[in-house]
Amino acid sequence: MDLKEKLVSSFFAFEEQIDLENDVHVLRNKAIEFFELNGFPTKKDEAWKYTSLKSLLKHDYSIFPKKEEAIDYKDIRKYCLHEIDTYQIVFVDGIYASHLSSTTHDKFDACLMSSALNNPKYEAIIKQYFNKITPEESLVSLNTAFSKEGAFIRVPKSVIAEKPVEILHFSTGNEAALMLQPRNLIVAEENSHLQVIERHQSLNNNPVLTNSVTEIFVEKRAQVDYYKVQNDKVAASLIDNTYVEQHDDSICSVHTFSLGGKLTRNNLNFYQKGQHINSILNGVTILEDKQHVDHNTLVHHQQPNCESHQDYKGIFSDKSVGVFNGKVLVDKIAQKTDAFQSNNNILLDDQSSINSKPQLEIFADDVKCSHGCTIGQLDNEALYYLKTRGIPEKEAKALMMFAFANNVLDGVKLPAIKKRITQQIANKLGVELGFEL
Amino acid sequence: MLQVKNLHASVEGEEILKGINLEIKPGEVHAIMGPNGSGKSTLASVIAGNEDYEVTEGDIIFEKANISELSADERAHKGIFLSFQYPVEIPGVSVTNFIKTSINQIRKARGQKDMPANEMLKKIREKAALLEMDRKFLSRSLNEGFSGGEKKRNEIFQMAMLEPKLAVLDETDSGLDIDALRVVSNGVNKLKNSENATLVITHYQRLLDYIVPDVVHVLIDGRIVKTGDKDLAKVLEEKGYDWIKEELAQQA
Repeated sequence: MDLKEKLVSSFFAFEEQIDLENDVHVLRNKAIEFFELNGFPTKKDEAWKYTSLKSLLKHDYSIFPKKEEAIDYKDIRKYCLHEIDTYQIVFVDGIYASHLSSTTHDKFDACLMSSALNNPKYEAIIKQYFNKITPEESLVSLNTAFSKEGAFIRVPKSVIAEKPVEILHFSTGNEAALMLQPRNLIVAEENSHLQVIERHQSLNNNPVLTNSVTEIFVEKRAQVDYYKVQNDKVAASLIDNTYVEQHDDSICSVHTFSLGGKLTRNNLNFYQKGQHINSILNGVTILEDKQHVDHNTLVHHQQPNCESHQDYKGIFSDKSVGVFNGKVLVDKIAQKTDAFQSNNNILLDDQSSINSKPQLEIFADDVKCSHGCTIGQLDNEALYYLKTRGIPEKEAKALMMFAFANNVLDGVKLPAIKKRITQQIANKLGVELGFEL
Repeated sequence: MLQVKNLHASVEGEEILKGINLEIKPGEVHAIMGPNGSGKSTLASVIAGNEDYEVTEGDIIFEKANISELSADERAHKGIFLSFQYPVEIPGVSVTNFIKTSINQIRKARGQKDMPANEMLKKIREKAALLEMDRKFLSRSLNEGFSGGEKKRNEIFQMAMLEPKLAVLDETDSGLDIDALRVVSNGVNKLKNSENATLVITHYQRLLDYIVPDVVHVLIDGRIVKTGDKDLAKVLEEKGYDWIKEELAQQA
């Protein structure tokens, strides 16, 4: 039985675990039908031309992990931002781990999707926001069909979430192969402010396939800063589907750090529904071996006077492959749009590759849209210059790579995260961090 | 301190240096002068360890050790410094953090601990003042958008920070106005002592009014053809290089 058949037949077993009377179940039913009809995307689909899921789909994934594997905080401590105070929503093999988490309902809600789906208190919110901005795509539908657990964050009007929220998914390798489908909903109401850190981490080398969907709503004058830390083990793959809807005068930034994992696909869409919106999409990708990362972004300018800034930097070595497919769509009504897109890449050797495809579709006539894409190597002359100053080759290369990624790292407003990412990059490049930038 | 013995070097198969012999003792300032294309910058690059040049014959001995096979960073660890004719722009790395990295990497290679932050800061301030550099300048990206004069000042600032045993100054005067030339040469002179040595490579005599050499060598077509004292530079300024070429032709 192939994975698609297995998933479709598992849906009946899934239905035994959930409340079928819930409105959400109507969506799940529709979604599984859509997935059954369309199946997994293949390289024949334009949006998947450079990324094949084939090698991931051959594993016999467990769809429902048996039970929570007992893991201790000490096993996961290094993956948490323990140096600052945060709320933590922790899942182990897809199941909520209360002993590792610290959730809240005080000033704002940072809790479980399952409780939000089942608690009448949140019925109106779910009705208003759940599955409202997801595109009709088969992987998203697959997630919707099995949507049950994940993070639910709601920051009420004028509340500043005083601590960042960490959404952490761990897989223990308890199952020979595991498929996870977390579903997150984040609502930042008017004038609120929220910072989120999301991380998927496997604790051993069994294959894991995560198909995650996150919807983020940023209401008027609200601000959301979202950090995705993708530094997983070599057998772990992630399909991250994140959709953002923004309203008047809001700011939303999504920072994606792709440093590990076998295959990572980031589908990141921004929909601007009001005026004077700022959307920021930043990414640093550093790959080696046979790693593959695909950034597929869309910024849809639907109203006048908005901005968007995309800045993706990639450094590739060995046989790693990068894909950047960035689309900016400016509706006819969206005059005075200021859209910027940049994708810069360094190929460290001649076996690595990057497929970069900027797409601009502009229907308005008074806009400022710019995009740039570069693919190059490290500058040998600069390398020599650094070496004459006593900086050895490896450190000199690392310094140049940091310098290359520096303006994206600069956009990180949480110092603890910036420090972490910088450290992770240094570890990856095999240098001690004797320098700041 | 430095002995260059019968040095031959080529780039992309073309021989540029055709048997250079040179000895520099501690406390000395040597100048290499010569027309364009004579191999002056090549000599500087080969001493600094630029791998684009292939040493085909001869040796470079620095403090009794043969350094011909060492990489540029290893030579820097031993105390060799090259002030570039065209310093490279490196966006994203500030002058301060660059020099910190440089100093601490050299210390690490010498088995020393990192320089304490307060000591580093004090030294940076002191040396920036010596080169009359603005504080703001130090937080800018390395050489990015610097004027010609600023780049050269920054080179000598780095030299002041690193305190090399041998400083090779490659056309440090090019692109400098008279004020910058004074500041830069003053910096070089202040750093001079009986333990270190300087090799000044220049096309014009002008710089040698400020940095007075003990020995002047004339480099033509990859060979040192004449060696003299500082007065030789003055003669070259007046008469150009042609008379030496004629002398050579007569000898041949």
